Amino acid sequence: MRNYSVFSLAREALLGHKGWKEQWRSPEPKKSYDVIIVGAGGHGLATAYYLAREHGITNVAVIEKGWLGGGNTGRNTTIIRSNYLYDESAGIYNHAIKLWEGLSQELNYNIMFSQRGVMMLAHNVHDVQVFKRHIHANRLNGVDNAWLTPEQAKEFCPPLNISKQARYPVMGAALQRKGGTARHDAVAWGYARGASDRGVDIIQQCEVTGINRDASGNVTGVETTKGTINAKKVGVVAAGHSSVLMQMADIQMPLESFPLQALVSEPVKPIMPCVVMSNTVHAYISQSDKGELVIGAGTDQYTSYSQTGGLHILTHTLDAIVEMFPIFSRMKMLRSWGGIVDVTPDRSPILAKTPVSGLYVNCGWGTGGFKATPGSGHVFAHTIARDEPHEINAGFTLERFRNGRLIDEAAAAAVAH
Amino acid sequence: MLLIHCPYCEEERPEVEFAGAGEAHIDRPKDMNAMSDAEFEKFFFIRDNLKGVNYERWRHIHGCGRFFNAVRDTVSDKFLTTYKSGEKKPDPAKLKTGKGAK
Ligand SMILES: Cc1cc2nc3c(=O)[nH]c(=O)nc-3n(C[C@H](O)[C@H](O)[C@H](O)COP(=O)(O)OP(=O)(O)OC[C@H]3O[C@@H](n4cnc5c(N)ncnc54)[C@H](O)[C@@H]3O)c2cc1C
Ligand SMILES: [Zn+2]
Repeated sequence: MRNYSVFSLAREALLGHKGWKEQWRSPEPKKSYDVIIVGAGGHGLATAYYLAREHGITNVAVIEKGWLGGGNTGRNTTIIRSNYLYDESAGIYNHAIKLWEGLSQELNYNIMFSQRGVMMLAHNVHDVQVFKRHIHANRLNGVDNAWLTPEQAKEFCPPLNISKQARYPVMGAALQRKGGTARHDAVAWGYARGASDRGVDIIQQCEVTGINRDASGNVTGVETTKGTINAKKVGVVAAGHSSVLMQMADIQMPLESFPLQALVSEPVKPIMPCVVMSNTVHAYISQSDKGELVIGAGTDQYTSYSQTGGLHILTHTLDAIVEMFPIFSRMKMLRSWGGIVDVTPDRSPILAKTPVSGLYVNCGWGTGGFKATPGSGHVFAHTIARDEPHEINAGFTLERFRNGRLIDEAAAAAVAH
Repeated sequence: MLLIHCPYCEEERPEVEFAGAGEAHIDRPKDMNAMSDAEFEKFFFIRDNLKGVNYERWRHIHGCGRFFNAVRDTVSDKFLTTYKSGEKKPDPAKLKTGKGAK
């Protein structure tokens, strides 16, 4: 793999950019691998990368039915934060933030991680109490999160409307300064390049249609549209399609898949210095480096695999955006799209072994898993390599819906992000 | 936005009049105390979440207020039919070619 640097850039600039190589190989699948990862989203690719880098397991295939990063990884609004309520969540999301901080250097790939701050607005007494509770819980867990008055919030984000005349006036805000955004595609591409370089085969346009098991029930590999591929260990990292894949191994999941939409405006000069989100009016917004306002909507109320949601969901979100930022009321929206998010009953993910030996699952990230990508891949690789969870994901089991040890973040993530 | 036929009002109305109410035909247990953890998990948390023909509940909350069931394809999002609660699960094989198909 050729390193990207200022010198390689200068060299290619002089040579007309004709010397750039493909960033990852596109091999035909081998007959068998040590580990197969189903799904080449950020989480699946990161898992493969850390299997190779941390555990020396390089005979790995990542199998993707479409193109890598074309699922929720390439459809999300890229908000990164870790100010969740419970200890388990603080553990995994903060683990991710630490990895994000060094990721561009580690991957030799500019993932454009920008710690511009994530500010969550409080509009009523309940919000104020809940956010303060979060701030205290976060402080105990070493997660940064601070309370701002409306005036401090406005100072941090000048376009914000803090007028007392607003329908839902801003009563304060919780600010995580370490939160921010990253470039979603670059995350998938950077991990793909790093994994491929270490020997991982990324097989695109290849759908997994079955999970094979031997007479005693152990995983032996997968059926795909490119034939049977064998492996003793299979990790399912298929986001919205997790129920479908797990059913192939006769496991019924505590999941429902919903459409979740986002939209972007025409590009404008820098105006939004941070990420702002509001659970109460239900909207969140940031600005991409291209200048587009990136706006996240809510989920539809019905389950679906269609990757499209209803128009009224988008218009409802825009109502909320112009309430918070009257200055944007004349902006034109350019594009909108949907992804399919897999939601668990307690709004926390599942990263675990399963009742089927050799089968592992990483799913249930729902509306908010992009932020966890590096941390998730890192601990899931550990889980697969050692056949036991890392201490950071030990609580994120499948059994918790049976034994009642839920990680109930429903309130913490009431808005989709 | 979906157009939904309420089997009680007997007309098609826009989705904003309705509240989705999750998977249909999940029987509420008669005695929760007598259930094992696995049974409770199945009743309370486990969902079919099918890709394709799916049975689900809706409530015509801004209309007649009643709950009813629907058969919908989760790939095309199209309804195959809706029917009153308490009625039997329709056979999807008959619906696809039958009158309910749209
Ligand atoms: C509109 C929107 C906005 C969001 N905003 C945020 C945000 O701001 N912050 C945040 O943290 N999170 C956000 N999320 C959530 C986030 O996108 C996801 O949690 C995260 O990207 C999941 O990553 P993944 O790698 O698990 O899934 P994906 O990227 O969806 O990857 C799964 C892959 O599996 C493949 N696959 C499925 N079935 C098969 C099969 N049978 N065979 C082979 N391959 C298969 C799919 O094609 C897909 O590429 C948002 C999501 C959406 C849709
Ligand atoms: Zn009605």
